[in-house]
Amino acid sequence: MDCVMNKQRQLEGQIRIPSGCAISGIFNRRGECFSGEDIIKSMALMHDRSNGLGGGFAAYGIYPEYADFNALQLFFEHADSRVKTEEFISRHFEIEKSEKIPTRKVPGIGPGPIIWRYFAKPNVEKVERSGLNELEYTMRCVMRINAEIPGAFVASSGKNMGAFKAVGFPEDVGEFYRLEEYQGYLWTAHGRFPTNTPGWWGGAHPFTLLDWSIVHNGEISSYGANRRYLEMFGYVCALQTDTEAITYIFDYLLRKQQVPLELAVKIVAAPFWSELAHLDKNEQELVKSLRAMYSSLLINGPFSIILGSRNGMMALNDRIKLRPLVAAEKGDFLYVASEESAIREICSQPDKVWSPRGGEPIIGLLEGAEKL
Amino acid sequence: MNLNMNKSSKRVEAREEHCIGCGLCQVHCITAHSRYPHDIVKAFKRQSPRPVARVRLEEARPVSFAMQCRHCDDPKCVKGCITGAMTKDSETGVVTNQEDRCVGCWTCILACPFGAITREETEKKVAAKCDLCGARETPACVEHCPNGALKLVERRGGK
Amino acid sequence: MILTSNTPEFLIERNKERCIHCQVCVRQCANKAHYFDEEDGKVDSIDINCVNCHRCVCLCPTKAITVRKFPLEFRENSNWTPAVMRGIYKQAETGGILLSGMGNDRPYPIYWDHLLLNASQVTNPSIDPLRKPMELKTFIGRKPEKLDFDQQGRLITPLNCQLELDLPIMFSAMSFGSISLNAIKSLARAAVELGTFYNTGEGGLHQDLYSYGSNTIVQVASGRFGVHPQYFNAGAAIEIKIGQGAKPGIGGHLPGEKVGLEVSKTRMIPEGSDAISPAPHHDIYSIEDLRQLIYSLKEATRYAKPVFVKIAAVHNVAAIASGIARAGADAIVIDGFRGGTGAAPLRTRDSVGIPIELALAAVDDRLRQESIRGQVSVIAAGSIRNSSDVVKAIALGADAVYVASAALISLGCHMCQKCYTGKCNWGIATQDPHLTKRLNPEIGCQRAVNLLRAWEHEIKELLGGMGINAIESLRGNRLMLRGIGLSDRELEILGIGAAGQ
Repeated sequence: MDCVMNKQRQLEGQIRIPSGCAISGIFNRRGECFSGEDIIKSMALMHDRSNGLGGGFAAYGIYPEYADFNALQLFFEHADSRVKTEEFISRHFEIEKSEKIPTRKVPGIGPGPIIWRYFAKPNVEKVERSGLNELEYTMRCVMRINAEIPGAFVASSGKNMGAFKAVGFPEDVGEFYRLEEYQGYLWTAHGRFPTNTPGWWGGAHPFTLLDWSIVHNGEISSYGANRRYLEMFGYVCALQTDTEAITYIFDYLLRKQQVPLELAVKIVAAPFWSELAHLDKNEQELVKSLRAMYSSLLINGPFSIILGSRNGMMALNDRIKLRPLVAAEKGDFLYVASEESAIREICSQPDKVWSPRGGEPIIGLLEGAEKL
Repeated sequence: MNLNMNKSSKRVEAREEHCIGCGLCQVHCITAHSRYPHDIVKAFKRQSPRPVARVRLEEARPVSFAMQCRHCDDPKCVKGCITGAMTKDSETGVVTNQEDRCVGCWTCILACPFGAITREETEKKVAAKCDLCGARETPACVEHCPNGALKLVERRGGK
Repeated sequence: MILTSNTPEFLIERNKERCIHCQVCVRQCANKAHYFDEEDGKVDSIDINCVNCHRCVCLCPTKAITVRKFPLEFRENSNWTPAVMRGIYKQAETGGILLSGMGNDRPYPIYWDHLLLNASQVTNPSIDPLRKPMELKTFIGRKPEKLDFDQQGRLITPLNCQLELDLPIMFSAMSFGSISLNAIKSLARAAVELGTFYNTGEGGLHQDLYSYGSNTIVQVASGRFGVHPQYFNAGAAIEIKIGQGAKPGIGGHLPGEKVGLEVSKTRMIPEGSDAISPAPHHDIYSIEDLRQLIYSLKEATRYAKPVFVKIAAVHNVAAIASGIARAGADAIVIDGFRGGTGAAPLRTRDSVGIPIELALAAVDDRLRQESIRGQVSVIAAGSIRNSSDVVKAIALGADAVYVASAALISLGCHMCQKCYTGKCNWGIATQDPHLTKRLNPEIGCQRAVNLLRAWEHEIKELLGGMGINAIESLRGNRLMLRGIGLSDRELEILGIGAAGQ
């Protein structure tokens, strides 16, 4: 895959659009599913953090009957894009089912693209011939669709999960996609406050890659450094958004470099050198090695993110906590949000509520899962 | 003559390895002892004859250093002074010449093993030597040496 | 007497009212541009000897001296300028190569001055360096493809063989011979105090400097001066000098006048002999030969020390850098055409090589295109003049910068460009003990430390303004730069947008 300086003609990707936002996440450790109603309520409370120019949700565990298939959820600007994309997908995957994603008319959501989903499995022969593993193969196909087929955009491509996003307030987006009809064990959501009008549904969060999803609040000042490093490893930052870069950073560290999650956190929200004196010698060596090796993946600037995967979620702040993030627990449920009120809206008496420190991750893992 | 050396005293120490042989110490010494201690041009041009420098640049290139009175523990100049004008301060150890009592016999000049005393002939003929610039916080030569070759050091006892 | 067309370049103006004929200027001028007339009891000057080093100006106690361009007018001629003509007069009279010291002084564009930095406004906050940590620590060295962790998530082998810098600035190579031991001592001590490194240049390592070994980068240049087994192990890193920005394509040049006893002992050459390094290393005629040398040095030091390779910025610098990265170097040093020197042929200095800004951008791009940028460090040199140049260099892609001319200026250099004569009145580019005394290493060290500490604060302010609190987030972050007054092609090469974009 070519790694050249990106000059794509994606509408959103032509300029950088910084944005402020709201995020929320609900996770059940036992994998017990619940509807999207709660997350929508949580986001509705934080209405003023968005400006109606983007909202989205990621949901895990929503397609149990197709759990082994990649759920490719796409936007098509015109019918032609769908034809071309379907051709491409049929060549690289075995399609099990193909259908429009059900939606309802909602006053807050204007006209948008054709929204479709395929349940498909990568073509075994082709995977073998490519010499890649299945995940890498799927990832590259997705990137090719986004880069090469005009008017087509893959919103998510993981198994038993999906990303639902549009231009509008998040609660309207949730209603539009009829999310109350879905049952998932992990829901994350995002409301956007971009400083210009992107006008393009693909730009809303969450950003996904395989099973990873990221919703993000903040604007990272290290974007230029992060991107130019990631581009060396085949990632094309077509959307010019921080969220895209953050997703790739985690995919690179966790999947490709096989860095344990706790250490990946020490790379992106690294401990300060001034704190090293308090650590023992081994810890000091460790932090030095991580920071020296992966210096270009330090994420600088304000951020609070929720990284979702099939095995759970992680919420994290930048190391000087320039964005808000609150967490709560009740029974098997783990909640994170930009505001405590957004949590109390759906869980009025949590067992525990706290604000994590900058650089301190909140990790929720599915029972029996060893890592995200 | 008081040889009480228990009190601390300051001396100018020459560091030969840093002396660049510029002679600025001499220029500033003359100025500091003139009628115009803050104006070099006037000191050199208006006062005639102008004061002598109490510090002297000794040179045999590349070796060079500034030589001035050592304010010795056992000053030969004080011993040889016929009028008692040359005295050593019991507290600071600084050796000074009280010019109103000096008769210009030059015995001190002959006695000084360092040759650190010279003849001053501006008004009255007197012996002139380093007085560590009296009231000044830092002697003029130390203050104006451009390369740190003169240093004011605290000294306890010894020469 | 032969008729010479060589007229003075500078006029010494002495203010008669202020001059007290103290002779400080006479004593301080190694070029004998001032003298004392015994009969008249006055100081006077010989203009043609003046090189405009300002020593007398700075030391004159009454500030009675100034130096001007010699007011001799030639008929206006944009093509045959006085400088060009003087060059011909000199060569007609001597038949020799024109030499010069320090770096290219021609009016080529300075790209640093066409780059503008960003600052955060509203959408993300600027960070206050007075109240929050601002991290400049930098690691120079080779990085592996990945780190290995065990089942418990612990690191199996920590990263080693790195230089740890407290700030991304080091003192560049200046040989003992081209500059005085006092100058080197000033920089060595400053490096220790600042938590950074200095470079021996191709003059070897003088005995007195072994105590600074852990802050020393020892250089192996084509002449192999002063290279012996203890030399490698004395330093913290080794730098193979293929070329330098001031004179790409030729080797170092130390005139015999500057080869005294100490220089001779340290370089292992006879006293008074010109030390002219061969143009290439005679064991590096191709990239694979370089690989062999890199690994020989690593073997000799048991892989404990990073090995750098220093090249001049030339036309295909990107491809060369890629080759060096693949040859196993820990860091690539690129020296732009403005780099300084103790002596270089004038024409080579002024016409050969390219600007560091363009070279750095090209190398950084090429290494990223080949996905190998993360494996090596890139160090930029060749006229880094102030803290904003440092910030811009890092934004273009450098891990760290080397400063040399700026360091010498902090020690007192006035850029008279006469280093090759060995008569440096500031005690820097000379071996004459009467002159070297003038640079007191205590004072020199303090000045160099002051300079870099001041730059450190300025860099922190600039970073904070960009919303960044760790230097690694600036590295290669071209989005923090915009060009002003540059052509489209130049913007493209630098990989940045135009101001307003």
